[in-house]
Amino acid sequence: MGIAFRDETFRDTFTYRNSDEGIRRFPFPFGLDQYMYSVNIEPHTAGKPDSVYQYAFDIDEHYIAECRDRAITLEKDPGRCISLPHMMDSEWDVLELIMTSLSRDYPEHFALHRDGEQWTWTNRPLGIEQAFVFGNAQTLPYPPFEYITRQTQGDFVIMDHRDGDLWADAGMITSQADWSLAFDVGMSFKEWHGPVPRAHEIGVFDRALKYLLMLQLGNPVRRLNWTMTVNPRLDTAPETYPDWGPDRTSVTLDNVAEKVHLRVELQALFRLPRSNGILFSIRCYMASVGDLARYPKWARRLHRVLRDLPQDLAEYKGLVRYKPAVVEWLSRLDDGVPVPPGTDPE
Amino acid sequence: MNMQLDMRLSRIIELAPGIREFWLCREDGGELPTYSGGSHVVLSLPLPGGIQRNPYSLLGDPADCNKWRIAVRRQEQSRGGSVWLHDSAQEGQALKVSMPANLFPMARLGRHHVLIAGGIGVTPMLSHARELARLGESFEVHYAHRAPEFGVLADELRTLAGPDLHCYVESRGETIDFSKLLARRPLGTHAYLCGPQGMVEAYHRIASEMGWPDTHVHSERFLAPPPGAPFTVRLAKTGKAIEVRREQSMLEAIESSGVQPPFLCRGGACGQCEMEVLDCDSSLLHNDLFLSQADRDSGRKIMPCVSRVTGGCITVNL
Repeated sequence: MGIAFRDETFRDTFTYRNSDEGIRRFPFPFGLDQYMYSVNIEPHTAGKPDSVYQYAFDIDEHYIAECRDRAITLEKDPGRCISLPHMMDSEWDVLELIMTSLSRDYPEHFALHRDGEQWTWTNRPLGIEQAFVFGNAQTLPYPPFEYITRQTQGDFVIMDHRDGDLWADAGMITSQADWSLAFDVGMSFKEWHGPVPRAHEIGVFDRALKYLLMLQLGNPVRRLNWTMTVNPRLDTAPETYPDWGPDRTSVTLDNVAEKVHLRVELQALFRLPRSNGILFSIRCYMASVGDLARYPKWARRLHRVLRDLPQDLAEYKGLVRYKPAVVEWLSRLDDGVPVPPGTDPE
Repeated sequence: MNMQLDMRLSRIIELAPGIREFWLCREDGGELPTYSGGSHVVLSLPLPGGIQRNPYSLLGDPADCNKWRIAVRRQEQSRGGSVWLHDSAQEGQALKVSMPANLFPMARLGRHHVLIAGGIGVTPMLSHARELARLGESFEVHYAHRAPEFGVLADELRTLAGPDLHCYVESRGETIDFSKLLARRPLGTHAYLCGPQGMVEAYHRIASEMGWPDTHVHSERFLAPPPGAPFTVRLAKTGKAIEVRREQSMLEAIESSGVQPPFLCRGGACGQCEMEVLDCDSSLLHNDLFLSQADRDSGRKIMPCVSRVTGGCITVNL
């Protein structure tokens, strides 16, 4: 059975909505009533059927609309996709990984035919049929990394592994939580995580880097990260701050449930075979506070996490101005009963 | 944790006295993943005394999805893995093999690459040369071996490097002079060496004296775990006590008890199998290339793939 793709927008009219099923499978990130940074990495192995963890790259009801929104952003600012010249092997690695994964996991929507270096890619939702020569970038309408990530939900960074460090040397970034690829490209692992408060002091990045340098082919890993966004807008980049920054002042107790969205990133890391690089995929999920609160367990837990969130983390995540409204609205749904550990909705 | 492929030895080729090439294919006939130049795999060898896991560099064409190629020199003075591969292994032998890992990658920002091989250390240089040739990069190869008949794989290197392959035959008195080889290299040159310990040390010392930045001087050396006195390793979390035999590594002994700690290179280079030492009633014998002097001085860390203790009992946080 195929996915019923929604016709919706992530800007201007903001017609983005989740179906009931979309809310049920939302990757709610809080297993406990308190949130703190940790190296919360686990193997990216096949999760439960119908969960966002079922496949390496999750495709859902927002697929066509997200690809359309990415194309709009790239049209306005082609610099959201950058790849340094030494990254061509890793570009092909990523194209191969995504095409083989999608065609295996969603055969009703994607197909890949390989005859030696002669490949044919079929993307039915976007109406694409492309014959090309693997390894020959001239045979594709875009460079291989841009070509395939224009057809995949989520942002992507490719890290080059050299000198005992990981360098952010390529990226396709159009649905980011307020960070700039143009600023970060070429940086080392600790440089591009520089602004994160607290985590450096508790050694999170030392341990994460050491772990990632050992990442093995065939054993990808994943973690969740989160923030909040006013209106379901994918493109919250520093470059477009004037477009979305002021939205933060528009939140009231009356509109908070519809306007404020929990934004969760399913981040996965894959060792790449030819280049020995690492693909970092950042798949963004958004759900309105009102939709999440339809599950009493999530309403209580989200209230407690936000109420007790340390101020510096709230500032870093850009929540300070509207967090009080969210906490007040959620407090009406929190009767204080203990919530069992775990992230499941029920 | 460590994905293992079910493979078999599909072909054995005698390259020279004491040097054999092995081809590895998947048992199920399926395709193999591609890999980057400098990668190695870990073979689980079914020795009579138990499984021994040894790393070997892949030397074939990474794009060949049907077979992986390795070459092994017979090491009389070691723990028996290479001797088993030479004396007992037959074509068709089934083996567990790890996925490729790369601790010796090519520097992709390099403008010129100098590949240096000593003896059987030629194996990773073949995969590097293949990758550099495919990418059209500027490179040269220097290959030192004992006598003409030991110049195995030189013909294959010549098809990749052409006139930029330079061979040095020890029996003719030819040796690599690092002070000449590393002199007057333009900025952006990277050097790579795989060879015996003395050669690796001379190379690093001379490169350092000549002012080469460490980031441009690469080498790979896998250590075989040296045999030593038997001892007991106690796992703190389960209280399990395991005897480590003379020719066994501490990691192999722990694995043979059914516990599966993480590992990657099994040659003391990568750091993946690092264990915390809680107690030890003898002395630690560090043989790895990974721990810093401060780590060694602390007496709190050990790399069980190659290191052991002088006897008695060591307790690790596992």
